[in-house]
Amino acid sequence: MRPTGRLRRVGITGRGLVVALPYMWLMLFFVVPFVIVLKISFSDIDLAIPPYKPLLEWVGKNSLAIKVNFNNYAFLFTDSLYLRAFANSIKVAFVSTLWCLAIGYPMAYGIARAKPATRNVLLLLVILPFWTSLLLRVYAWIGLLKANGVINNVLQSLGIIHEPLTMLYTPFAMYVGIVYSYLPFLVLPLYANLEKMDWQLLEAAEDLGCRPWQAFYKITLPLSRNGILAGSMLVFIPAVGEFVIPALLGGPNALMIGRVLWDEFFSNRAWPVASAVAILLLLLLVPFMMWYQSVQARESAGAR
Amino acid sequence: MNYRSSYFILTCLGLGFAFLYIPILSMVVFSFNASKLVTVWDAANSPTLKWYVALLNNEEILDAAWISLKVALINASGSAILGTLAGFGLARFTQFRGRFTLNAMTTAPLVMPEVITGLSLLLLFVALEQLIGWPAGRGITTMTIGHMTFSMAYVTVIVNSRLASFDTALEEAAMDLGARPLKVFFVITLPIIFPAVLSGWLLAFTLSWDDLVISSFTSGPGSSTLPMVVFSKVRLGVSPEINVLATITLAVVTTMIVGVSLWMARRARLDKLAA
Repeated sequence: MRPTGRLRRVGITGRGLVVALPYMWLMLFFVVPFVIVLKISFSDIDLAIPPYKPLLEWVGKNSLAIKVNFNNYAFLFTDSLYLRAFANSIKVAFVSTLWCLAIGYPMAYGIARAKPATRNVLLLLVILPFWTSLLLRVYAWIGLLKANGVINNVLQSLGIIHEPLTMLYTPFAMYVGIVYSYLPFLVLPLYANLEKMDWQLLEAAEDLGCRPWQAFYKITLPLSRNGILAGSMLVFIPAVGEFVIPALLGGPNALMIGRVLWDEFFSNRAWPVASAVAILLLLLLVPFMMWYQSVQARESAGAR
Repeated sequence: MNYRSSYFILTCLGLGFAFLYIPILSMVVFSFNASKLVTVWDAANSPTLKWYVALLNNEEILDAAWISLKVALINASGSAILGTLAGFGLARFTQFRGRFTLNAMTTAPLVMPEVITGLSLLLLFVALEQLIGWPAGRGITTMTIGHMTFSMAYVTVIVNSRLASFDTALEEAAMDLGARPLKVFFVITLPIIFPAVLSGWLLAFTLSWDDLVISSFTSGPGSSTLPMVVFSKVRLGVSPEINVLATITLAVVTTMIVGVSLWMARRARLDKLAA
């Protein structure tokens, strides 16, 4: 729906004021900070407060020297810890996204095809966990997964296992936590996409002799492509930089880049190194963010 | 296709919801457990409310909850205003300079890893303090600014999509009849998007109330929020008081969400009757 007629002719000043406020806010507190991160990623570590050296320095009376230091980046590429953390984060985020799709697609499909009254209740049930604290929901898994936790107790009392399984502080626990926390982010956009589907297409396909699975593969899946992409991005991008879940469930060896950044900053007070990690992570994620935005634009154009 | 016979989909739905709810329900059940071992049910003395009493006497948690509440309230109101302006601008003004940038700046915070946003905000505050002396130190103000920056993006999306599904006929009619743009906004547009603004406010409140990462980067000494206290406790293992906190949170959120959706469903019915 495009605004037409008089609405388009609203005075420039009123229009300017409406968008200027959020625009300036985001410029100052979202865009400018990245410039500062970039700047500090090129400075030297210093034992001062704040712990970095300025880029610009007065040398003598009238000359200003710029000291650009690539050491932080060189450091990231020489110590294999950082590259392994990047690779592992991408792997964990990718596998988690696939699991979310495997669990979330049938759920979104089931909700989209339910009767309208049931549909609203089911939607509410997907949204509800999203509103309760992420931290507390991740914490719940500690109680379920630990050695004398709920799952081990149940399995032992049923006689299925005799020794408690080690689940907490393993990669398995971290995957469970990420899939569990990000599942609603995938189900909701996928549902929004499937809800607009014309189900008569499926009936037509079956009338013409298509098997249900064939019809799904040839019609539903391609038509829900944008929903799948949007939902997957909403899981994948933040999961790459996830900190809380690996810190609580992954144990000391869970090598995730978000955690490395956190430790560089809080434990080592190496602000320039943390900044360099942030810049590399951002460079890695920006293409995915742009992809997400173009998918979103296509989705809303299709809705109109 | 006979959908009702699709047992496969029904099984998937059942398992999916079990996956989502078993952890939450386990916290609720064990919040009434007397045993200090938390996950080992003490049948002789349970259920008990003793951890509820303990939580309500825990000064550290109560102080942190008070700070979180202040930050969340200011954040929700600020984000609702900024997000409504941005959402309205994006939905109703098709062309203006910076439209692309504004759109990108309100989409990016939704997916940006929090460690990046947190670090960059902290470095901005440090640089600003060196440059102009504001903000002096870090605390509630800096945390609130940080929360508003990502919360307003969510409000923008909600308001924008609500406006996209409403055509401009009413607004145009009012303008044709001579109403000033400002009046049109308050008399026509705002009542239409009010449910979206309300959901945005509530979402911004919860996002702020739950946030750990951005708060940790932008807080100062003596301004620990509830998630920061919970995180440091949880790192040491399970604690019965945290189960209680989770149960109370869940009760409040469920009441709120169910209440708001019932109210909106009723409003939608009335709208339909009026149309």
